[in-house]
Amino acid sequence: MAFVHGLNTAHSGAKSSLKSKSLTPYILLAPGLIWLITFFIIPIFSLASTSTMVRPEGAQIGTYVQELRFANYVDAFLANKEQYLRSFVYAAFATLLALAIAYPLAYAIAFKSGKYRNILLVMVVAPFFTSFLLRTIAWTQILADSGPIVSAIKVLPFVDEMFRINNTSTAVVIGLAYNFLPFMTLPLYASLERIDPRTLEAAGDLYANGFTTFRKVTLPLSMPGVVAGTLLTFIPAAGDYVNAAILGNPGTKMIGNVIESRFFAVVDYPTAAALSFTLMATILILVTLYIRKSGTDELV
Amino acid sequence: MANNKVSQDTGDLKLDRLSKHYGDFCAVDDLSLVVPDGSFFALLGPSGCGKTTTLRMVAGLEEPSAGTISIGDTDITTQKSYRRNVNTVFQNYALFPHLTIFENIAFGLRRRGVKDVKTEVENALNLVEMGHLAQRKPNQLSGGQQQRIAVARAIVNRPEVLLLDEPLGALDLKLRRQMQIELKRIQTEVGITFIHVTHDQEEAMTMADTIAVMNLGKIEQMGSATELYEAPKTAFVANFLGQCNLIKGKVTSRANGKAVVLAKGISFEVPLSRVATDNESVFVGVRPEKLRLDDTGINSIKDCVVIDRSFVGTSTQYLVKAPWDLDLVVFEQNDEGLHDLRVGDKVSLEWDPEHTFALDGAQDINAGSDLDDEE
Repeated sequence: MAFVHGLNTAHSGAKSSLKSKSLTPYILLAPGLIWLITFFIIPIFSLASTSTMVRPEGAQIGTYVQELRFANYVDAFLANKEQYLRSFVYAAFATLLALAIAYPLAYAIAFKSGKYRNILLVMVVAPFFTSFLLRTIAWTQILADSGPIVSAIKVLPFVDEMFRINNTSTAVVIGLAYNFLPFMTLPLYASLERIDPRTLEAAGDLYANGFTTFRKVTLPLSMPGVVAGTLLTFIPAAGDYVNAAILGNPGTKMIGNVIESRFFAVVDYPTAAALSFTLMATILILVTLYIRKSGTDELV
Repeated sequence: MANNKVSQDTGDLKLDRLSKHYGDFCAVDDLSLVVPDGSFFALLGPSGCGKTTTLRMVAGLEEPSAGTISIGDTDITTQKSYRRNVNTVFQNYALFPHLTIFENIAFGLRRRGVKDVKTEVENALNLVEMGHLAQRKPNQLSGGQQQRIAVARAIVNRPEVLLLDEPLGALDLKLRRQMQIELKRIQTEVGITFIHVTHDQEEAMTMADTIAVMNLGKIEQMGSATELYEAPKTAFVANFLGQCNLIKGKVTSRANGKAVVLAKGISFEVPLSRVATDNESVFVGVRPEKLRLDDTGINSIKDCVVIDRSFVGTSTQYLVKAPWDLDLVVFEQNDEGLHDLRVGDKVSLEWDPEHTFALDGAQDINAGSDLDDEE
């Protein structure tokens, strides 16, 4: 009798766990789903609808009605194509600069840091403990005309007396590279750290010197990190407006600055919304092409 | 090609007074040995005995603290790993995960600028019977297949010495047996010197021509599997290779080609050639399968009691207690002569003097017997 009883409970137990199992994923998804719908899906539809609105003749500033005017996109783009293009150029240079700095750094942390590894990792993210704005403003001091870097460069021969970095495109790119450096370093570190050091030994054992080992084994194996890092740097850098505002000049405005001033200063919501959408679409296309090209899908 | 300068020496591999220290810890201690060209050599020992460190020094992955390594007449002690004509099969294979099997095997050939990469790779793949997997990636292969690819990747370079670092450790027992035979076949076919590092005594005995048993950074004894098993020179070797009964006693005479050892009032004969020490205090040793449950022999212990019995198929293993504080292991073949004793039965043991050996009694009697297996 006891056996039959045990069998029964086991059976009903399996049944009830099956039932609760089918609900669990939805319960787990709910908070994220609600968040996404409230703060992403609804705003994005609202933004999309704003982008085709028109201010009626004679209406107050900030009053717009829906007229499905898709020409808003063309107008907004043509009026700002210079800043638009500049955003991607700056973001590309900043990404390359960040990669050049972060790769050796991540490599050193992953392979050469020994017991200091955790301290170094904390140091990589340490800048996040102060405000983004403050850190960017601090760069105006570092790059100041009488600051240490500019003074040091001026000592070199053939450097013009008027040489400066602050308020130039160079300063904006440096600022962007600096601010997004941790986003480059951490994924690089993660993928380098995952490499089995024995594969590097194996390369040496198979007649590859240090450089060839790097080129043929380390670099290809760290490509997922390179792709992730460059995306995490490029995407926010392309839409950034803080660095251009603080470290640049009126001639280094990026698309983020335009969107910001359209939204808040000019109160031209349709143009700002149209520019936001164009930026988003361009980044999506670039990212898709990049991931396709780098062919890292199977490595990730 | 820039990387073409790989040394092309041939000859015996010589390690001369090789040492490796990590701080105060001495991993390899003044080790000297010669591995004849073309032989299958095994470095056998428990984990931490220094066998892998020795191997890595030969590969150029560790720098010796002292001593020299040479192949033939060329000193390669300070040569970079990528210049050495030595290849390694790593413990977990260390295949390149981003390359196909073909490119994994071609890696060394391409670095040296070898002309006909395709043919060479195909030959290597055929040697390990994996030709159909050339375009796969390593993570699509089973452990046994990865193992073969690791061997092919090393062997395709025709190194002077092939180093195998516990290459079968990650495989299950059945596959391991199969690969032991396979590796032996490959070695015979290509005629390259193989140095095989393992903690598995059975693996070493199955494959190697010569085995060096290592313990605490030194070589305890070197010889063929038969020599090491039948005539061990130290308690460590006696216990580490198979099982062994050791009985503490004193040598009372050495004459007429035999030594007489007295233990607890019983005298045992040992051929002088099988006595490994000049000391008076010795261990008399005999392997469990050499013991017979009888009392007619020259060397015998009477009034023993069976305290445990286990049937293991080909033999029955008894644990027998001598009249004093000593447990002996006896293997009895499961054939018509089987005694089929039960726990508590009285029994006598006897064995032939020529199966007896005597070791220095100053050693730890349990050396090499209670080691944790690495797996």
